[in-house]
Amino acid sequence: MSAVVTDHEHEHHDHKPSGIKRWLYTTNHKDIGTMYLVFALIMFFIGGAMAMVIRAELFQPGMQFVEPNFFNQMTTVHGLIMVFGAVMPAFTGLANWMIPMMIGAPDMALPRMNNWSFWILPFAFLILLMSLFMPGGGPNFGWTFYAPLSTTYSGDSTALFVFSVHIMGISSIMGAINVIVTIFNLRAPGMTWMKMPLFVWTWLITAFLLIMVMPVLAGVVTMVLTDKYFGTSFFDAAGGGDPVLFQHIFWFFGHPEVYIMILPAFGIVSSIVPTFARKPLFGYASMVYATSSIALLSFLVWAHHMFTTGMPVAGALFFMYCTMLIAVPTGVKVFNWVATMWRGAMTFEVPMMFALAFIVLFTIGGFSGLMLAITPADFQYHDTYFVVAHFHYVLVTGAVFSIIAAAYYWLPKWTGHMYDEKLGQWHFWCSLISVNMLFFPMHFVGLAGMPRRIPDYALQFADFNAFISIGGFLFGASQLIFVAVLVKCARGGEKATAQVWEGAEGLEWEVPSPAPYHTFETPPVIK
Amino acid sequence: MALKHKPLTFKLAVTALAMFGFGFALVPLYDVFCDLTGLNGKTAATAASADAALIDTSREVVIEFIARPNKQMPWVFKPEVRRMTVHPGEIHIMNYLAENPTGRMIVGQAVPSVSPGQAALYFHKIECFCFTQQQLAGGKNMLMPLQFYVDPALPSQFSTITLSYTLYDVTSAWTGDTAASSQLGE
Repeated sequence: MSAVVTDHEHEHHDHKPSGIKRWLYTTNHKDIGTMYLVFALIMFFIGGAMAMVIRAELFQPGMQFVEPNFFNQMTTVHGLIMVFGAVMPAFTGLANWMIPMMIGAPDMALPRMNNWSFWILPFAFLILLMSLFMPGGGPNFGWTFYAPLSTTYSGDSTALFVFSVHIMGISSIMGAINVIVTIFNLRAPGMTWMKMPLFVWTWLITAFLLIMVMPVLAGVVTMVLTDKYFGTSFFDAAGGGDPVLFQHIFWFFGHPEVYIMILPAFGIVSSIVPTFARKPLFGYASMVYATSSIALLSFLVWAHHMFTTGMPVAGALFFMYCTMLIAVPTGVKVFNWVATMWRGAMTFEVPMMFALAFIVLFTIGGFSGLMLAITPADFQYHDTYFVVAHFHYVLVTGAVFSIIAAAYYWLPKWTGHMYDEKLGQWHFWCSLISVNMLFFPMHFVGLAGMPRRIPDYALQFADFNAFISIGGFLFGASQLIFVAVLVKCARGGEKATAQVWEGAEGLEWEVPSPAPYHTFETPPVIK
Repeated sequence: MALKHKPLTFKLAVTALAMFGFGFALVPLYDVFCDLTGLNGKTAATAASADAALIDTSREVVIEFIARPNKQMPWVFKPEVRRMTVHPGEIHIMNYLAENPTGRMIVGQAVPSVSPGQAALYFHKIECFCFTQQQLAGGKNMLMPLQFYVDPALPSQFSTITLSYTLYDVTSAWTGDTAASSQLGE
């Protein structure tokens, strides 16, 4: 008996099971991180394909390819997949891969739960995607699933939508608990709070946000479920409920959620910029405090999504001022990044290019957010393409660019090979140009009054929309270059050193490339 | 799970569960908040006392009445008059006409909303058909009364109050109720 146990232990430490079993049973943070990242990439392309359907339909005015109901399903599922299937799992994947290595831990604190939180995710999205093939189609009420669109007027597949959101939520909460426990309990001796890399700090704060708001999302979808199928009236005025209540609960989740999707990006950019500027990060402590204050303020601004619901002036002013206040800590961050680069010995490898594009384009998205925060102006901008432009600048050129930057930055550490720099630069420039063709003109059609989520539009928007669609197709095609880079890098290439980048500092750069299956089994000592 | 991770994991899991509960707690909190502040144009769902305060004859307030059956509600539903000028403190009765043009019994529930929302706190109903569900047999009509007064404390910036009713068909829920109560009776 003891022999069996020893054998098992032996296997656990030195080998990994081969084939599919390795991936199904793995509790290794690197394996799970890889699975999260690959899953996010697949979801990015599925969600992207839906965006292509949307842009194809909007290429010309009038109805071209799809029925309005299917168009609505595309906008809804595109949003859900990009938020919950692409951006969030990609960040969780990066957290799994990098946090234990950055703090000198052997693995995540709760490896078994880690396995679960990944493996329930594909099922959530399988359920969501299958609902598209049901009679009547999948969810078509927008990713924000406002009642009564999602209750009284929704199709039969709504229960599947609710169930899949439940599973995504459970997965995120388990992932967040794991991150917090890992950071609290497994830091190497000498790794004090204020020595942690900013990626670890921003993820810690993100994990707290996740634990606070994902359960509220689970609650609100449960209410939608019972309103639709079990005769409750949370959001039904006839039974004493209130549809506006839905928006309050949803955005109480929804606004912290948008910071969940950007705070880890701040951490990534704060890792990359010092490396390629060959200077330590300017204002480390202020970065930590700025991130925390953004997280706290995120709970006080939710109703800026609801200015047009007939809010009293006092409420509108409160939410307007709180929203504008967020610009202060965000400004601190942008200032610190710029100050880090000031008089640095900069080089412009692909991760740095994406990080620089992030800083400029995310700031543009931040500014359009400030415009939207102005209550009286929001009455004009609300539900137009201006809003679409705003949140795609912060989510695509913000969150997604940071994830791509992170992938290029740590890819040599993961695979042991340098990626193809030339191909990477092609990917960057094609993405940069096409993404601005895609989203920048949306500001103008939005200001001119083109409503979002409508499959047709007034004739005067035709030229702009054709241009936007071309940008969209080019941006979609550009991401195929990314896949080519990834595949090429995974297969081989120039051997990467342990430090990889000349200016890179941190524990993850002290282990060899590729990072061994088990790292820091004895904790490193931090000076 | 390593022993040292248990307490923190447990605390975080409890926090997540508590936040799930908080989502539901937002429902009553929202109503309490609206009741206290009068935001959202919600009037009290119960009767106000009839001993009205002094009548302020120096001031006139226009009350506008809007009545609208919900899309799924086949009743005809309208106020007797569209608008009425009242002195704050005066008690008035306003009748709403309801007619069920279908051949079956339908139960209706009216849901009020006051605009501007801040005036809702000062609009008092002594008696209202909206306090209970209304039952009407097919082909019949009835008058549904509303007895109200405007609080003399109404801030001076409000000179017009609009009271809007939306009438919902709640027949299915109502039949369920009687089935339950008759079972209890047996």
